[in-house]
Amino acid sequence: MKILNASIAIALAGYAGAAVGQATAADRIPDTMEARVQACIGCHGPQGRGVENVYFPRLAGKPAGYLYNQLVAFRDGRRKYVPMNYLLAYLPDAYLMRMAEHFASLNPPPLAQPRVDRPAQLLRDGQRIVTEGVPGKKIPACIACHGAELGGREPGIPGLLGLRADYVSAQLGAWRFGVRTALEPDCMQFIASSLSEPEVAAVSAHLASLPVTTSRPVRQPGVRLPLACGSQPSTTMPKQEARR
Amino acid sequence: MNARPLFRKMLPASLLVALVAGAAWMLPSQAQNKVSAAAGKQSVVEHGKYLAQAGDCIACHTVPGAKIFSGNRPMPTPFGTLYAPNITPDRDTGIGKWSADDFYNMMHTGRSPKGYLLYPAMPFASYTKVTRADSDAIFAYLRSVPAVRQQSRDHDLRFPYNNRALLIGWRTLYFKEGEYQPDRSKSVEWNRGAYLVQGLGHCAMCHTPINALGGSSQERAFQGGLIPMQNWYAPSLTSNREAGLGDWALQDIVDLLQMGVSNRGTVYGPMAEVTFNSLQFMSDEDIRAMAVYLKSLPADQGPASDPAEAPARADINQAYSEGRRIYAARCATCHGAEGRGKLPHYPPLARNQSIGMSSAVNPIRMVLNGGYPPGTRRNPMPYGMPPFAQDLNDNEIAAVVTFIRTAWGNRGAPVTAREVNQLRSATVE
Repeated sequence: MKILNASIAIALAGYAGAAVGQATAADRIPDTMEARVQACIGCHGPQGRGVENVYFPRLAGKPAGYLYNQLVAFRDGRRKYVPMNYLLAYLPDAYLMRMAEHFASLNPPPLAQPRVDRPAQLLRDGQRIVTEGVPGKKIPACIACHGAELGGREPGIPGLLGLRADYVSAQLGAWRFGVRTALEPDCMQFIASSLSEPEVAAVSAHLASLPVTTSRPVRQPGVRLPLACGSQPSTTMPKQEARR
Repeated sequence: MNARPLFRKMLPASLLVALVAGAAWMLPSQAQNKVSAAAGKQSVVEHGKYLAQAGDCIACHTVPGAKIFSGNRPMPTPFGTLYAPNITPDRDTGIGKWSADDFYNMMHTGRSPKGYLLYPAMPFASYTKVTRADSDAIFAYLRSVPAVRQQSRDHDLRFPYNNRALLIGWRTLYFKEGEYQPDRSKSVEWNRGAYLVQGLGHCAMCHTPINALGGSSQERAFQGGLIPMQNWYAPSLTSNREAGLGDWALQDIVDLLQMGVSNRGTVYGPMAEVTFNSLQFMSDEDIRAMAVYLKSLPADQGPASDPAEAPARADINQAYSEGRRIYAARCATCHGAEGRGKLPHYPPLARNQSIGMSSAVNPIRMVLNGGYPPGTRRNPMPYGMPPFAQDLNDNEIAAVVTFIRTAWGNRGAPVTAREVNQLRSATVE
């Protein structure tokens, strides 16, 4: 034991010595998550607040569980977008969780949403689907899971405000064609493949037309959602959730 | 009798073997022998797992996120797509019916138990050097993982490469069967390193130039080469000026391999995979032995026509000053005005051999796609470099890479927008 302690001490001393010898103030790399995720902000904006580019969504304030699931899905290729697949390929789960928690904890002011110039009837159709669903196809209202204010739901369901129409329709399309998948049972796969093209256009346009509020993900453990979703464990394992 | 409770507590296997062996020697009873055999088997499995990591079997035989060794990961090659088979112990779809002899024969000769010749995507030209004992340990480990019932996909190779008979010719040219033979004039450590680098590590698969037949020639061993289909350049490991390790400190080589970052450079792309799945798990002694061996590789001549020597410098002034402007605005915060980096997480660019080497593929790709070094035991939360593909056009990237390749004493050749454009569309698996 003594030998072990001594060798640790020597190792630590060596490490400290090296650090003092090398690093001047300008050379020092901050030991923070913010410094570690600089690779993300080129596309997702400072603090993950989003950028003008439609396809690089805001990360800040989304539930950590949702962000984590996306990072793992990109890493393992269940969600396909080559630049993200490549960046995350060799990062371990624990680190991806730290990244997710980092962006979930931020809440920078959102970018101003560009005016959506779509026919009023389309926006009304979209609003109806978002608030009432499509009962004939057993599609629940978006607000049933994504929150009454569409700010998302802990731990795994994202908010839907501040996303551009092209992004939302691209994601629904990707789900329908298997380019984007979530943990089984993949509830959004069912929804995306049940929606018609005009319905997708209506939902996307309506969501993009809504003002971005400061609403945060709701936290209501034990609430039963209309569909079982692998990314929202409480919907598939109500008993386990209750025990926690 | 102490051995049983200890066994339940799962002491490190090696210690357990020592204790059990001692107890068995004093009390040679049947029960003790059984415990001893079980513990011995456990330690062989553990050792086999370590060796399987050294061989990076998982890289090809496991689809990311799928069950270990269940196979079918596609490997695109210039000859078509190969699918690494299921090597779990499933009797029908895996290697459950194989014997240790079958496994050793496959590793050693590149022949399956059914007698057909393996495609050299399976690095049997390297694995042939693995000892029988190590092969047996790997086999014991593979037998210990959960069996997965999953049919292996057929390879999807173009004519004429789909004809396995052609492999006879390939083997004549590029395959020399035989276990590693120690060089008695070198140290034990050097020989251990050579065994790992040449054998399980199968480093030559990427770091030796690959010719049109997919073979790597012995006389050009470790001189570096473009990795087919992946569009990354594997630098030379010899002591030439390209990316040779001759003037590296031993600890920097160790850090690069095991931690993924070092004071001299960082692993990205295919090498990040190797560190992530394989090298980070290797013992300090083994990594050091590999570093000792690599550092000792003699210098080669370098590429015959080196573009760095081409008289193009006068034409690059404009790109150079444009590149300097972009560098100051976008790169200098992390890599420093003088390209010295911030060690070890922001790699130095000045006198970084992988920046100035004859192929500009890697620096162009880094600027386009950015990258995270692998998350490793010694560096679990690496710092990432942002991609610039969405921000800078082909001319701008060519300019900044030209600047980086020629500033601060770097002696790389300038880069054209066309080269950038070709890599912009390069796919990564």
